[in-house]
Amino acid sequence: MLEFMEGSHAVAEIVKRCRPQVIAAYPITPQTHIVEDLAQMVANCELDAEYITVESEFSALSACLGASAAGSRVYSATTSQGLALMFEVCFNVAGMRQPIVMTIANRSLGAPLSIWNDQQDSISLRDSGWLQFYAEDNQEAADLHMIAYKVCEDHDILLPAFVCFDGFILSHTYEPVALPTQEEVDGYLPAFTPYQRLDAENPLSFGMYATPEYYMEFRYEIDRALQRARQSFIKAGREFGEQFGRDYSALVEGYRLEDADTALVAMGSICGTAKDAIDEMRDAGRKVGLLKIRTYRPFPAQEIADALKGVSTVAVLDKNISLGNGGAVGTEVKSALYGSGAAVYDYIIALGGRDVRKRDIAAVVDLAEKGKGDMFYGLRTEVL
Amino acid sequence: MAGTEQGCELFSAGHRACGGCGPALAARLLLKATGKNVIIAASTGCMEVFSTPYPETAWGVPWIHSLFENVAAVASGIEASLKRQGRSEKVVCVAGDGATFDIGVLCISGAFERGHDITYICYDNEAYMNTGIQRSGATPYGASTTTSPAGKCSAGNLLPKKDMPGILAAHGAPYVATASIAYPNDFIKKVERAINTPGPCYIQVHTPCCTGWGFESGETLAMAKLAIETGLWVNYEMVDGRVEKAKKVRRKPVEEYLAKQKRFRHLFKPARQDDVIAHIQAVADANAERFGIDIKAKESSE
Repeated sequence: MLEFMEGSHAVAEIVKRCRPQVIAAYPITPQTHIVEDLAQMVANCELDAEYITVESEFSALSACLGASAAGSRVYSATTSQGLALMFEVCFNVAGMRQPIVMTIANRSLGAPLSIWNDQQDSISLRDSGWLQFYAEDNQEAADLHMIAYKVCEDHDILLPAFVCFDGFILSHTYEPVALPTQEEVDGYLPAFTPYQRLDAENPLSFGMYATPEYYMEFRYEIDRALQRARQSFIKAGREFGEQFGRDYSALVEGYRLEDADTALVAMGSICGTAKDAIDEMRDAGRKVGLLKIRTYRPFPAQEIADALKGVSTVAVLDKNISLGNGGAVGTEVKSALYGSGAAVYDYIIALGGRDVRKRDIAAVVDLAEKGKGDMFYGLRTEVL
Repeated sequence: MAGTEQGCELFSAGHRACGGCGPALAARLLLKATGKNVIIAASTGCMEVFSTPYPETAWGVPWIHSLFENVAAVASGIEASLKRQGRSEKVVCVAGDGATFDIGVLCISGAFERGHDITYICYDNEAYMNTGIQRSGATPYGASTTTSPAGKCSAGNLLPKKDMPGILAAHGAPYVATASIAYPNDFIKKVERAINTPGPCYIQVHTPCCTGWGFESGETLAMAKLAIETGLWVNYEMVDGRVEKAKKVRRKPVEEYLAKQKRFRHLFKPARQDDVIAHIQAVADANAERFGIDIKAKESSE
């Protein structure tokens, strides 16, 4: 049954059904509605969890780390400056292999201060060892949380995950969402069984220090687990499809790519706008398609190369910039398509909440087909 | 609890601390007090490094280290997790003075204000020893460190030691205490009291560092004892914010303590710095006044 609700509320409802035992979070726009909703659920005894009102995002993730290591399923949510404040803890959580799931309501990073959407925050943590999933709409945002717990807690993976959905554009937008029942979620996501935990009956040391004789092997193991996460995600996504009818078994998803000459590549809510723009361009006889990246980490390089075989022009929409070297997604797509013969162009777009309409998507396609790219799109040159 | 664990070393020998390490002794005494039913959360620092070089560990109890400044937040999460699971382990933080007085204050303040049932042990060796003897908020007035060096124009660290126990008592901590490795039974009793007191408790234990302070490794306990006997360190307890049971002493002049340590050598050589020594004596006098530790002539004749 579809229910009409705010994106943040849909996420909170799903998180509740995932039965986290400890939640630690700190308010920050545009994430706040999620943790407000969860706090109310705990206050109403709808959710049996310890809710820690920490004094900072830094402590939020630190408390989650401790709670996870002690053997509980944990949850947090943040965005932007909050995620930046967690930077040090993020690397630590992944290094200590704690399967923490955290929602990112994507938002730009200051300065200048901006509360509006782009994906600079989570993308800036691409090297931290967290899995990163990006949702196109609120249904996908909700669903990805169940898949994230399943993948993270897989004893062959044991890594944390960001479930990213665009701040305001999704978090504050009302859409129809199908929410599974508690019984259905329990049927999909079993109770948390920690691989190891802090336990007086079986004393172990967590987070020791490693000399040069050991450090590299730890990093190698994390990278291998991320690589294995491809198959774990595909399996979890397939099982999700079998149970709920929505298939997430692919790391990337093509839209009208079959005979496309030009392909857009994007992540998150901009994919919805792109699909509408593509429909219009198709109606006008242009062979344009979209490749949506669902899992930014692990990066689906092979899947991208396979999906874009035969495409002559690729336009990557980057809601972030690796300052001094273009968009992060574009750079990686170029690497994935190296030697394919396709012309790949990168467009820095929609930073800090700049609106993107169908005509902007069409304009990007025009630019790419004219061989113009690797540029900011939509700059207001009059204020430069 | 200490009785039942006597003869059982939960903090094992063979770790990589310097000979004469004060913090290593504190760790050993701490685990004698806690017994096995404990989870230790450690900050980055000397103790973490010397006790857990992968794949070796000196800890016979569950132990976790995350970062330098987040030990109190990690412990908050552990406590919440245990509570949710109905488990009985005590949660104890172990952190140095840099992690406690300086970089970790945000997390400590949050954890104490929220009232988690944790015990926080600060092993205070009065500087950042792991990185090579830099000044912290716990470094005493007049000590030379590598970032507050004595020189032609400076007598070393010219800032006072922060009153961390007072800060945590002001958070409403039900039990705050100071202790010294020179008085092991007192330290063990205080740890037992702290872990059995519901809510966040704090113990700051004085742990002289022979390497950082500059004294012979066989003198660690003597140095800790001299700190007490000069009034530069006071062993006391604060229950619900009120000072109780400060250890009384027949005070010696601070010079007896200062002259034995390289970190204060500049106060005596090449020229004696009477004004700085007098200032340090005034710190001891103020401690004696505040905590009422002086054994008066009448008391001593009893």
